[in-house]
Amino acid sequence: MDPLASPAAPDAKSLPSDHRRARWRAWLLLTPMVLWLVAFVVVPTAILLVYSFCERDELGRVVFSFTWENYQRVLDPVYLRIFGRSIGYAALTTVICVVVGFPVAYCIGRASEAWRQRLLLLVMVPFWTSFLIRTYAWITILKEEGLLNGALSALSIVHAPLDLLYTPSAVVIGLVYAYLPFMILPIYGSVEKIDGALIEAAHDLGAGPLRVFTSVIIPLTLPGIAAGTLLVFVPAIGMFAVTDLLGGAQVPLIGNVIQNQFMQARDWPFGAALGMVFMLLFAVSYGLILRFRREETA
Amino acid sequence: MSAGVELCNVTKRFGAMTAVDNVSLRIEPGEFLTLLGPSGCGKTTMLRMIAGFDVPTSGAIRVGGEDVTALPPYRRPVNQVFQSYALFPHLSVAENVGFGLRMQGVAKGEAAERIAQAIELVSLAGLGERRPHQLSGGQKQRVALARALVCRPKVLLLDEPLSALDAKLRHAMQLELKQLQRRLGMTFVFVTHDQEEALTMSDRIAIVNRGRIEQFGSAHEIYHRPATAFAADFVGQANLLEAEFVRRENGTVRVKLSGGLELVLSAATWPDDTAKALISIRPEKIHVSKQPVQAENVFAARVEEEVFKGALDHLILVTPGGARLNAVAANESALLEAIHAGDQVFCGLHASDLVVVRA
Ligand SMILES: Nc1ncnc2c1ncn2[C@@H]1O[C@H](COP(=O)(O)OP(=O)(O)OP(=O)(O)O)[C@@H](O)[C@H]1O
Ligand SMILES: [Mg+2]
Repeated sequence: MDPLASPAAPDAKSLPSDHRRARWRAWLLLTPMVLWLVAFVVVPTAILLVYSFCERDELGRVVFSFTWENYQRVLDPVYLRIFGRSIGYAALTTVICVVVGFPVAYCIGRASEAWRQRLLLLVMVPFWTSFLIRTYAWITILKEEGLLNGALSALSIVHAPLDLLYTPSAVVIGLVYAYLPFMILPIYGSVEKIDGALIEAAHDLGAGPLRVFTSVIIPLTLPGIAAGTLLVFVPAIGMFAVTDLLGGAQVPLIGNVIQNQFMQARDWPFGAALGMVFMLLFAVSYGLILRFRREETA
Repeated sequence: MSAGVELCNVTKRFGAMTAVDNVSLRIEPGEFLTLLGPSGCGKTTMLRMIAGFDVPTSGAIRVGGEDVTALPPYRRPVNQVFQSYALFPHLSVAENVGFGLRMQGVAKGEAAERIAQAIELVSLAGLGERRPHQLSGGQKQRVALARALVCRPKVLLLDEPLSALDAKLRHAMQLELKQLQRRLGMTFVFVTHDQEEALTMSDRIAIVNRGRIEQFGSAHEIYHRPATAFAADFVGQANLLEAEFVRRENGTVRVKLSGGLELVLSAATWPDDTAKALISIRPEKIHVSKQPVQAENVFAARVEEEVFKGALDHLILVTPGGARLNAVAANESALLEAIHAGDQVFCGLHASDLVVVRA
């Protein structure tokens, strides 16, 4: 598809020459990005696709052939259950991120100009530190004699320390922590764009605070919520670092399994097949969300 | 049922800036009242306080006799047409118009009927399914109007609702709005900075200047009897001249302008024991002709400049004493009568058309 064609543009042949030159210049400017995409997305994906139909020998080397066997293994209930669990965790993470992130994004978006910059900075500050280090920090917080248990027992809220680390809860906490900013930022983007006069108009027409929220604010921030969902849900399905570090391999998700195939199990063709199925899931959910958004704006 | 609105000593400050300064105003039920004033004088702020978006720093606001100063906008029986339209982009025209009815819990069938009526009323029939971004500026304004009208508020607030329309549509809408207001008997508080619009539509006009009300009266009063120099200048660009008391004559007062020109004016308008005052002369009250004219005041002048304005010629006259006056003359088709720059002309001015105004 031609990314530069606008719906109203006449076909290329009838374009005046300087128009055509401008188009060439645009393509030239896009070259670095196209090269980057080819080198780091198209080629690796193609390699994975080829591998997913190959076999491996006893030493774990990839043997070229054509077999559906890897895909048949993916359909094994063990792996389907892991896929399902991954989707479940990702969905729960997404819901919590929306519930927690929306009020935050809303407050930032309606704050004064000066405060908005400061608060946004706070949302971004965690990115200054490596993600792995921050996840390790959560171990210190969640472990039996960790900060959270210390605080809870100091306040006499609990008497015996809670068993948090290496549980599903820890995994969800870690996932929410990892992806919350990716929910806040797009929602903030659409909250910031809401014209204050619209909220006043809704009040003027008899809507109390709750009705304004459900009838005006939510519909107008749906694009942001959809974008945030995309940015949280899809990567959360494949996340393996959090499950490794905070879940202690108690609750392996699909990301862990794929990583395992490539590293410990040295079964690259099967790992590739899992990866391809995962990518398909990604494409389907992306398509669904895009379609939903198109319907929203149409 | 329409309701009156009362502002009692209302002041609104934004930090050090006083946007509305101790304003008291009584708007009668069913009245078409216009707040007229230059940009930034506080018109929108007054409207926003009546609607409930801004809370007065001090003072009280009553609608239909009930103190609403502390009520949120959604509990007030008023609706506003916003200067920026503020249409909901995610809703169609019909859904925008129906928003208020949905909030009031009006039954679906009745709502649909009222929405259709309101859309018809603002001549937008057939556009009900469009989204706001598919409308022209003028169409958006009419949707905003329909959206407020359909709620049948006791008071309708309109913040420059016609400013985006072309001259022709604006005139048509002015008349339509006025008729509509009469027919519904609804109280309209209308904001504009267009004096002609104010004179055409209003029962009464409040001239606003720097957060204060300079004059409050009917269009006739404002036009014929401006109370202050600002009101005289803002409505109709009157000539404002320093006049010095000379003597009283039977029923009139003789005054001398700075250029030496002497005029007589009605004794009633000249305050007792005043030596000097500002008088206002409307350009269109000066009768300019190449032939001698009949009036209480007659003087000669030279036409310094002539500006063609279509139906009217705008003239700048200079009297022998050096006083400059703005005047208008009908554009005569007879070549002999046409007035041009450089011509010597006779000017006639009736004593009753001279008004003393406060500085
Ligand atoms: N939220 C605010 N904060 C600070 N100053 C404000 C605020 N709103 C209005 N003002 C100031 O108050 C004064 C009156 O503003 P207002 O909007 O009422 O003017 P207006 O008469 O409606 O003008 P216009 O004809 O241009 O719409 C202006 O000087 C404006 O700068
Ligand atoms: Mg305004």
